[in-house]
Amino acid sequence: MFDTLKSRIYQGKQFIKDIPNAPMREQFRGFPIIKDTEGENWQNCAKACPTGALKLNPLSIDMGKCTFCGACQNACKNRGITFSNFYKLTASKRENLIITEDMSAEEFEKTAIEVKKEIISIFSKSLKLRQVSAAGCNGCEMELNACSNVNFDMGRFGIDFVASPRHADGIVITGPISKNMAFALEDCYKSVPNPKLVILCGACAISGGIFTNSTEIDREFLEKYPIDLYIPGCPVHPLTFINGILGYIRNKH
Amino acid sequence: MTNWIRTTNNTKINLNDIPTLKIRELRAAIIEEKKRPIGFFGKDWGEGRVKLFCILADDKNSQLLVSSALFDANEKTYECITNEIPAFHIFEREFYENFGIKPLNHPWLKPVRKNQKEYPFFEMDGEEVHQVAVGPIHAGVIEPGHFRFMCHGETVYHLEIMLGYQNRGVEALMVKKPSNQLAESICGDSVIAYNSAYSQVMEALKDIHISDKAQLIRKLALEMERAAIHIGDLGAIAGDIAYLMGASVFGATRTLVINTMLEFSGSRFGRGLINVGGVNFDLDKETIKRAKQTLLKVEKDVVRMCETMLKNTSVMSRLEKTGTVSTERAQETGLVGMAAKASGLDLDSRFDFPDKWMQKLDIVRTPIQGSGDVNSRFKLRYKEIKESISMIKKFFLELENHQNEPILVDSNVPCAKDAFAISIVEGWRGEVVHVALTDWEGKLSEYKIKDPSFNNWYGLALAVRNNGISDFPLCNKSFNLSYAGNDL
Repeated sequence: MFDTLKSRIYQGKQFIKDIPNAPMREQFRGFPIIKDTEGENWQNCAKACPTGALKLNPLSIDMGKCTFCGACQNACKNRGITFSNFYKLTASKRENLIITEDMSAEEFEKTAIEVKKEIISIFSKSLKLRQVSAAGCNGCEMELNACSNVNFDMGRFGIDFVASPRHADGIVITGPISKNMAFALEDCYKSVPNPKLVILCGACAISGGIFTNSTEIDREFLEKYPIDLYIPGCPVHPLTFINGILGYIRNKH
Repeated sequence: MTNWIRTTNNTKINLNDIPTLKIRELRAAIIEEKKRPIGFFGKDWGEGRVKLFCILADDKNSQLLVSSALFDANEKTYECITNEIPAFHIFEREFYENFGIKPLNHPWLKPVRKNQKEYPFFEMDGEEVHQVAVGPIHAGVIEPGHFRFMCHGETVYHLEIMLGYQNRGVEALMVKKPSNQLAESICGDSVIAYNSAYSQVMEALKDIHISDKAQLIRKLALEMERAAIHIGDLGAIAGDIAYLMGASVFGATRTLVINTMLEFSGSRFGRGLINVGGVNFDLDKETIKRAKQTLLKVEKDVVRMCETMLKNTSVMSRLEKTGTVSTERAQETGLVGMAAKASGLDLDSRFDFPDKWMQKLDIVRTPIQGSGDVNSRFKLRYKEIKESISMIKKFFLELENHQNEPILVDSNVPCAKDAFAISIVEGWRGEVVHVALTDWEGKLSEYKIKDPSFNNWYGLALAVRNNGISDFPLCNKSFNLSYAGNDL
């Protein structure tokens, strides 16, 4: 028992105090910044993108498709694209994820999440989520699990993952949605009582990501039901996830 | 003509040098060799014909044996190999599913990833016999799969595992548009292992030689991945026996390791680090210094917590003799990697197929002990974390001798024509095997992936036999197998 206590004391406090303003390591590839620098070979940059997130006319990056792999950054010899360490990437509308030339992170953040009064009044104090991995690779799943660890401790905001859709206020989808998971996903969604949220987590869920051209995926679900939040990443960082949800249910930035 | 061509890890051979036998002859040759299968897959050979490739691992001699058999359009059956060598069971099931060529008298011919609606479940009858069906969506935040327990009271007689929910058609995508990003997304908990295997197989086909520095960075990233996941899984095991202290401490310790990975590569799981031709990021002195300090703390924390847990009787009573897979069963069913090692089978491709660094840096295999229960798998992870950290230290030291080397060499060259290459990388679960074939133009014509989970899922089914059903989560966590890697 004394050993256990010693380990406990040794660990001290592990939680990140201020989640909305938590620092991020500079190496993190987050919000992309596009500058039409002189002599940049944009054809080359676009060719390097594995998911077609980088478009040339007009110059833009779709964070819903972007896997934040950094291939374009390496291909842009004149630093036309740089990834900043800004991690609050969540948007409530699909089109808000498209980043255009010279757009700054602050500019993006201002309009990315559209706050709705009724959402805040219903979910701001408690939000229980059912996670459905629909062919997710276990990257986003591990990061979502990390949201509940002692560092990020999402539970302190009343946000938790629950075991049954019947107990849930919404579902969090990861993965490109394989044909084999399409039925189970819809079944799970229908089992969640109203009102309910649908949150897409990661490039695969939002756009199909790297699996867009697969013949084994079936994304019909997303056309049938309304989506509340789009949280980009590959995988989604816990701080991106928690702050995205807080922004939506508490208007907290 | 001999029945086999011998090759080694990360080496290309000419497709035309692979012997083509009759299936009857190939079957006899496989049974005669008595070696472990690491590849057994078909390829459409035109005009309704199918070519079956078989790769056996000669672990003692660090060699791979390759052979093939051609099925004519009207040849739709063959006598199965599983009855002679049970380790083939899952390979033959996959081959049947993909090409419709039936292995006759196969004892367990069920779908692997397709046709879930026609899955013939094992049935039991009798008083107090009941079934518990779980999934595809599970209680936690994990990947989908369907489990069906045949129980007598609380005791599990058999567990039937039906997978395939994660199938994304990865192998076909790989042929269409191969990329490092796709390789990383096949199995997101083994980013480094998968991306290393993909990069090495492509480098073998393209005849590219990467710098020593890049090799070292890849190797240290692989050990970082192993340490991080093992620490996380120790926490998950602790959580499943309601030892929350362990879950919290290991959770926080794992964060330290993956945040170090973030400093290396901009991603907590090392995405974007490895590229065909080398690596994308160099490690400067400052980063290495910080990483060394962090790993020192990680090691201390892990040792302290593990020793505390292993001294705790209420912990040990849950770990010992739970979910046992005997050495004989493990060998018979062809378990690999961590699951095999915990059952006393020493299979580790880092040592079975060593590269030059293992000898140069004096990294030697240490003896394993394992009785195949959860306790063995717990202790094995503990041992491997310590070993990985000591290996990482050696890699850091060696990196100083290669400071001026490039990290990336040009990879924009075509692949060899009509070539065949195998790459084996020991991920934290076990051997990740990538096999690539090219056509007469040098384009990829087939890409085959084998995750260690492909072998090991059946091991989990064996482990839960005669255990209480409530111990399933504990058994499952101790294996922590991949759904995505299996379903592809």
